[in-house]
Amino acid sequence: MMPPTLAKSFHLLRVSIGTVLVSGLLSLLALVSLEAQENPYIVAYDHNLEEPGSLEVEYFSTFGTQRGGPGFHAFWGEFEYGATAWWTTEFYLDGQTTFDQSTLFTGFRWENRVRPLKREHFINPVLYVEFEDINEADKILKEIEGHDVEADQAVPNSISRQQVVREIELKLILSSNYKGWNFAENTLAVKNLSNQPWEFGYALGVSRPLALKGAAHRCNFCPQHFIAGLEMYGGLGDRASFGLHDTSQYLAPGLVWNLPSGWTLRIEPTFGLNGNSHQFLLRWGVSYEISAFGRMVESLFKGRE
Amino acid sequence: MKFRGYRVTSVLLFTGLALALKAQDGNKERGQKEKESVYAELEKVPEKARQKSNPLTKDPEAVAAGKVLFEEHCEECHGSGALGSKKAPSLRASEVQNAAPGAIFWILTNGVVRKKMPVWSKLPEPQRWQLVSYIKSLGIAEQPAPGDPPAKP
Repeated sequence: MMPPTLAKSFHLLRVSIGTVLVSGLLSLLALVSLEAQENPYIVAYDHNLEEPGSLEVEYFSTFGTQRGGPGFHAFWGEFEYGATAWWTTEFYLDGQTTFDQSTLFTGFRWENRVRPLKREHFINPVLYVEFEDINEADKILKEIEGHDVEADQAVPNSISRQQVVREIELKLILSSNYKGWNFAENTLAVKNLSNQPWEFGYALGVSRPLALKGAAHRCNFCPQHFIAGLEMYGGLGDRASFGLHDTSQYLAPGLVWNLPSGWTLRIEPTFGLNGNSHQFLLRWGVSYEISAFGRMVESLFKGRE
Repeated sequence: MKFRGYRVTSVLLFTGLALALKAQDGNKERGQKEKESVYAELEKVPEKARQKSNPLTKDPEAVAAGKVLFEEHCEECHGSGALGSKKAPSLRASEVQNAAPGAIFWILTNGVVRKKMPVWSKLPEPQRWQLVSYIKSLGIAEQPAPGDPPAKP
């Protein structure tokens, strides 16, 4: 007889492998893939949008420990589509396993990013609008807002799952590319649609590829395919009590590996900076870019020429 | 009566021929206009950007590296050998090949987002110059404009 913790771990592994296999299957359907050039950020956004007609299928995981509660594994899938060169739309499905409790689907999100300016500037704004329909058991920590603290997530799944949260999230993304470096600054404002005050948060990111020049031959391990970065994010309180008090704050160094085959792998150990934050989170993600997706869909609705 | 019939037929044929020729001219004109508008962005490049010279001109690996980058990021839209596809124009047209390297670099950096060309500033500057080196190394290979008749063998 397997101990319950081990059984949970195996279940978790099965879920993760299943998700990776589904992503792999989708990739087989793809006629063409192209190398993505993703930054290592998991929370912060830069101003680079998805190429038009490309679909990026992504899977992310967050393993977390909690004082005053069991550890958890939160996971989410993202489908990111470049509708045009200035508009990217993205759909998320979230879930989590809290060890010794349960595994559950926690909701969906739909986000849109629009680039209002036609050209590249020293600072490039992107407008972000997201609708979330999740429950309180959601633990993906994709953004930290208001007075979100570690203790919020110690509530058992059986209780927290009953509380539905519908929110509109607005972000102003500012980002610059300078001499190979990327600097991203995000400010966010979130409104719970059930008469809660506006909540605020931020995310900052800096990153740089390990090499700026491309290699003269096709290679997987060339340094230009690796981008290292650091992000910092946290809550800024709400409309009634704006500021850093009673908020959680995180610092996260990250590394992304953009493979020429279209696969991208990310890893980001995350450290809590104050007593309200999780002490440690381990985040990782895998994604695959299907560059010909738009064309494939178009061909479904068009006759042969 | 018979003569009148011939006359009507002749007028109809003449009118049809004139309309067809007009349409042909229209197609050519439209094709030329489309071609011009596709490459019009190159004309909008600021003079300062156009004057920028490629810092990798003497780098012997720049073209080979640019080819790899082109295959990874650009070929899907601009086609094999940069000859163009339904999604994006040929980069072997004289408009591109005769453009200043700085102008091509500027287009890569800024994109033409209203015409589906993404911004490639996420590639570091040296990689964008490597792409410019590769594109300029390809030389002119004219493609027929959309309204032109197909080339005869």
